[in-house]
Amino acid sequence: MNRIKKLFAEKKDILSIYYTAGFPSLDDTLTIAEELERCGADLLEIGFPYSDPVADGPVIQESSKRALDNGMDLKTLFTQLKELRNRVNIPVLLMGYVNPVLQFGVENFCRACAEAGVDGCIVPDLPMVEYETLYQPVFEQNGLTNIFLVTPQTSEERIRKIDGLTSGFVYLLSSSATTGKNLQVSESTEAYFSRIADMKLDNPTMIGFGINSKETFEKACAYANGAIIGSAFVKSLDAADIKGSVQRFMRQFREL
Amino acid sequence: MSYFVNEKGYYGDFGGAYIPEMLYPNVEELRQNYLKIIADENFQEEFHHLLKDYVGRPSPLYLAGRLSDRYKANIFLKREDLNHTGAHKVNNTIGQILLAERLGKKRIIAETGAGQHGVATATVCALRGLECVVYMGEVDIKRQAPNVARMKMLGAKVVAATSGSKTLKDATNEAMRDWINNPVDTHYIIGSVVGPHPYPDMVARFQSVISEEAKKQLAEQTGNGSPDYVLACVGGGSNAMGMFYHFIDDEQVKLIAVEAAGKGVDSGFSAATTYLGKEGVLHGSRSILMQTHDGQVVEPHSVSAGLDYPGIGPQHAHLFKTGRGRYVSVTDDEALQAGLLLTQMEGIIPAIESAHALAYLEKMNFTGGENVVVCLSGRGDKDMDTYMKYFGL
Repeated sequence: MNRIKKLFAEKKDILSIYYTAGFPSLDDTLTIAEELERCGADLLEIGFPYSDPVADGPVIQESSKRALDNGMDLKTLFTQLKELRNRVNIPVLLMGYVNPVLQFGVENFCRACAEAGVDGCIVPDLPMVEYETLYQPVFEQNGLTNIFLVTPQTSEERIRKIDGLTSGFVYLLSSSATTGKNLQVSESTEAYFSRIADMKLDNPTMIGFGINSKETFEKACAYANGAIIGSAFVKSLDAADIKGSVQRFMRQFREL
Repeated sequence: MSYFVNEKGYYGDFGGAYIPEMLYPNVEELRQNYLKIIADENFQEEFHHLLKDYVGRPSPLYLAGRLSDRYKANIFLKREDLNHTGAHKVNNTIGQILLAERLGKKRIIAETGAGQHGVATATVCALRGLECVVYMGEVDIKRQAPNVARMKMLGAKVVAATSGSKTLKDATNEAMRDWINNPVDTHYIIGSVVGPHPYPDMVARFQSVISEEAKKQLAEQTGNGSPDYVLACVGGGSNAMGMFYHFIDDEQVKLIAVEAAGKGVDSGFSAATTYLGKEGVLHGSRSILMQTHDGQVVEPHSVSAGLDYPGIGPQHAHLFKTGRGRYVSVTDDEALQAGLLLTQMEGIIPAIESAHALAYLEKMNFTGGENVVVCLSGRGDKDMDTYMKYFGL
């Protein structure tokens, strides 16, 4: 059983953390991963930076820019990730925009992911139809799953299709929004989460966007297998004290 | 070979809709409806009525006599500079506002570089009484103060894009972020033939009125609707696509697209996308863009804010790759000199964008008597500061 399937089979209230590779400093990528696992994170989403992250709010725009200024690129990231599986056991996804992947070459990218022990990818601006026709075979040959986003506006038909295309989880956006907003669970949000739960999808679900505290994390866990935190974690990182800042952040969610 | 969009939203290898899921419902709504709405008789009637009585179309096709003597060819200028608001941009904003109304949208957003598209959007929003938010790079807000004031006077809210390089590319990112956060009541009026399908096709259709008129006018004036050459400047490429549109399938007509070389194509300060760029994805479509080895978008440079964009529309990328269009470039200096030349020989002060197309005439070798149509996409009022500084006026 692969790492992602095993995780969802064994645990609930899964806590997934996103951060940007190469931020605050170029070589922090694995230090952060290791410390997050030690502090109880269940799943990691390592972002590879892009100059024009349209789905992201100010925090991840800034971390992406700083990472690029630090010299982060996919080649550097994969060099860092050579050590990944000596140091980290939990599942790891790479998350980023499609253009750096295209320039690296889709096959090269997938092969490098597989060699590094990466379990899957989230590429928000890669259309489903392109994935199906051009990318899926390469992803699958390399044992990678692709995670798709779903918003309150996504039709049921499309959600079913996404459910059929992935073998990891379905990433539910709390609302149609850029990253880094505060989750407001209104009646309509609840209705949307319940609607998805009632669909009894083949894959587990994770809720992301706007999860920034124990309270919002718990709310999300009531409707899904777990939740994803990005901006709030990235914002909390202290360049002078990476491990300490990770611990302080994780203490909100896990007993250390 | 087809040079137009196929049912999947592609022009050869280019196009598509590379957008995050949050934008999918909006873009899909447009995709399913735009052709139907545009084809509707009532829409066409209203569109053409506004183009005629509000914009002042048809814009003249003017045989520039002294310029023709200079180049030994018949140089026709398609006078988009005479449109209301001073450029071709309004053709598209009129079309899109009517479409937005039919989709039941209450709020309009737009990006702008020099401010021409922002003004054209604010204008149609005032005309139809719709809320208007224009994203503009912080740097551009400072260098285009009169257009910022015009937008505000027209009732638009101008929001500074403070991310990245704080210019057009970043204003576009901010507009897309706004659309993600306002998925139901908002329509995004993209100003060029860029963005996810169906935008490049939709904007090209609205701008195609330029070549539709030019073809007819040329036939009236010369007895032949097929010119030897058609020239236009290209940033994202909306005036060029409008100018090429009805000539694309007439393979005898040579299409010449003039990009901004800035301080020189190899100077590091250039916006000559087809020369410097590679295939990739920007702002929702696969096209050609200026980027690093790692796919990070590179900042372009041009003296003309309207050409200061690191990509071109996907249809242009297709015309370039297939060889149907010739993509060339001229420098800042060459464009400014061409602007002065047109002013002093014909009494027309062109936008610096349009002056790029004119500048290429200097590099062509006419054998004598060819018919050449140049798209004079906008007027130079907005550029007086730049002209004044450059020529010490």
